[in-house]
Amino acid sequence: MAIKTEPFVINIGPQHPSTHGVFRMRLTLDGEVIVDMEPVIGYLHRGIEKLAEGRTYTQNIPFTDRLDYLASMTNNLAYVLAVEKLAGISVPERAEYLRVIMAELQRIASHLIGVGAFLNDCGAFMTPFLYMFREREKILDLFEMVCGQRLTYNYMRIGGVSHDIPEEFSPALDKFVREMPGFIDEYDQLLAENEILLARAKGVGILPKELAINISASGPVLRGSGVKWDIRKADPYSVYDRFQFDIPIGSVGDTYDRYRVKIQEMRQSVRIIKQAMEQLPPGEVRSEVPHLLHPPVGEVYGHIEAPRGELGFYLVSDNSVAPYRFHVRAPTLINLTALRDMMIGWKVADAVIIFGSIDICLAEVDR
Amino acid sequence: MTVALSAKEIATRLEEQFSGSIIESSQDSLVVKSESLLEVATFLKTTPGLDFDYLTSITAIDYYDYFEVVYQLTSIKHNHSLVVKTRCYGRDNPTVPSVVSLWRGADFQEREIYDLMGISFDGHPNLKRIFLWEGFQGHPLRKDYL
Amino acid sequence: MEVGRAGLYVYSDTELDRAEGKAIESLKAHCQQAIPDPDKWLEEELRRNVLLTSVDFMLNWARRSSLWPVNFGLACCAFEMIATAASRFDISRFGMEIFRASPRQADLMIVSGTLTWKMAPQLRRIYDQMAEPKWVLAMGACAISGGTFAQSYSVVPGVNRIVPVDVYVPGCPPRPEALLYGIRMIHNKISKKSLIVEG
Repeated sequence: MAIKTEPFVINIGPQHPSTHGVFRMRLTLDGEVIVDMEPVIGYLHRGIEKLAEGRTYTQNIPFTDRLDYLASMTNNLAYVLAVEKLAGISVPERAEYLRVIMAELQRIASHLIGVGAFLNDCGAFMTPFLYMFREREKILDLFEMVCGQRLTYNYMRIGGVSHDIPEEFSPALDKFVREMPGFIDEYDQLLAENEILLARAKGVGILPKELAINISASGPVLRGSGVKWDIRKADPYSVYDRFQFDIPIGSVGDTYDRYRVKIQEMRQSVRIIKQAMEQLPPGEVRSEVPHLLHPPVGEVYGHIEAPRGELGFYLVSDNSVAPYRFHVRAPTLINLTALRDMMIGWKVADAVIIFGSIDICLAEVDR
Repeated sequence: MTVALSAKEIATRLEEQFSGSIIESSQDSLVVKSESLLEVATFLKTTPGLDFDYLTSITAIDYYDYFEVVYQLTSIKHNHSLVVKTRCYGRDNPTVPSVVSLWRGADFQEREIYDLMGISFDGHPNLKRIFLWEGFQGHPLRKDYL
Repeated sequence: MEVGRAGLYVYSDTELDRAEGKAIESLKAHCQQAIPDPDKWLEEELRRNVLLTSVDFMLNWARRSSLWPVNFGLACCAFEMIATAASRFDISRFGMEIFRASPRQADLMIVSGTLTWKMAPQLRRIYDQMAEPKWVLAMGACAISGGTFAQSYSVVPGVNRIVPVDVYVPGCPPRPEALLYGIRMIHNKISKKSLIVEG
């Protein structure tokens, strides 16, 4: 005798105990198995694109900080690169190297939170998260030495960076770079062969290679599915073509692969910082740019490899002090497109893990 | 380096295939008529040698007489890129065909453009507001809002 | 709205969206004035007459020593709140390391980040679900007054339009030490409360 069942709609609401932000999922369940999923976003839509049309190009740099607040340096970098491309401004050598050092430090800090929050969702309530925060506090100390802020830095300027590094920075960075591989080994040792992590994360939430390219995924999500595409190698910006580093890729495209990709990327970032510190030339850190910049009429699309994917800025200028159109190509919004496909067929407990593995930051999704 | 393909050459190739579909073309970008957008996009995606399988981003801009929708296309295989634009006139109910059937990454981005600019996309499976709530009056990113 | 087999309603997605939109519009229409601070009387009353019985003393000490915050991180300030709870700026020394996910078990709500009109009904709902006595701390410029985004079409210009706020902690984002100072101010406010006057 067949038991009659009915699908049940459950709401994982905008306020929930996961550190990814105000994201809402409507799951249609058949028992415990997910049959359909609809993401509802927009709970943090602040209208940055509209507000940016009323501020000058330099005044928009703090707005870009607050987009993906876990990776403010790379947001700043993408925006100033786009404006420099539009206006044809060149940047001194020392500023380029400083930008690369800050961007790679930011990548490590952001991946620490990405991995920590993922493990938090897996059930290791707080222990790896607090370990990752210990390292992140060291990085935030370095950033505070340079620009005085811990979270939203506003460090990059059009034509360079805002301040030069103080004397205490180099020895502190040396110490950090010497110790960090040891810490990454510590995490690997505790987590890579952990049975619970393998049971919960291996084979779960698979994103096939063709689908990943079709939905325009980028960052660890794309590389975890086996596509070797990184803007730092494919379309190098700043001085990335002078450094040697590898691009880690996954094989299957499940949550475990995405986690491994992030850990490997942290190691490669340490490698880049070592090379940049050795090659750092003396000189100025900012070129002469007028206070009120009037870029020529035109449009530009400037993109970089942010920790979460390909962050791009599309700017249209009409020779006035404010941009005519300011659009952010948000990597996390586009990575979310595949969430429904990745979740169907799995259980409710896996929903949280799959969502945590694509590592979104709601302020960037919603802008 | 990602090579930005010269839009003029692509425009001549496209004119041979689909005559009358190109409005104008310059070194950086080419403007396509909105009726022939789907054919041109399919051609760009499936032709060997072009292979634009990755849609980097879709944006819309409000010039007062017309709306312009900009597509940034990239090919992962050959590492080259192209910018395709299309225009739609009229402010009441501008419509553009949707490319969701070719590149699924267009899904949320087209919903965002519908929400904030008011441009409808023909053929989109789920065209409703994404950032603002149901019942919000107006389309904020238009130049005549507030 | 169809009626399912067991007589339960099965809502379609558009119905849910429309109902949510109506709730947001009605909240926006009603909440254009700031709610004044409910405990302002504490300052004047106590200057005249400071009489705390021993029951009050014990009760206030117990309440302020184990305030449990509810998880309400919205945007960037949430990460400074989490950093306060991490091991460097330990919030556990004040008894607050457990961030309860359920509002019914919490007594402090730290609103950290920008509040949009779309999120406002949920904020009001979580506040209503908390049991008395409860306190609200507005953390960061966006929660106090809308911050950088105050002129935007979708941002609530200050959380005190929706819930009454006890302590405001300025900053963008405020450092963990600043948040701890704000929490100490809440402790001071709690220690002044008295059972008799509350009535």
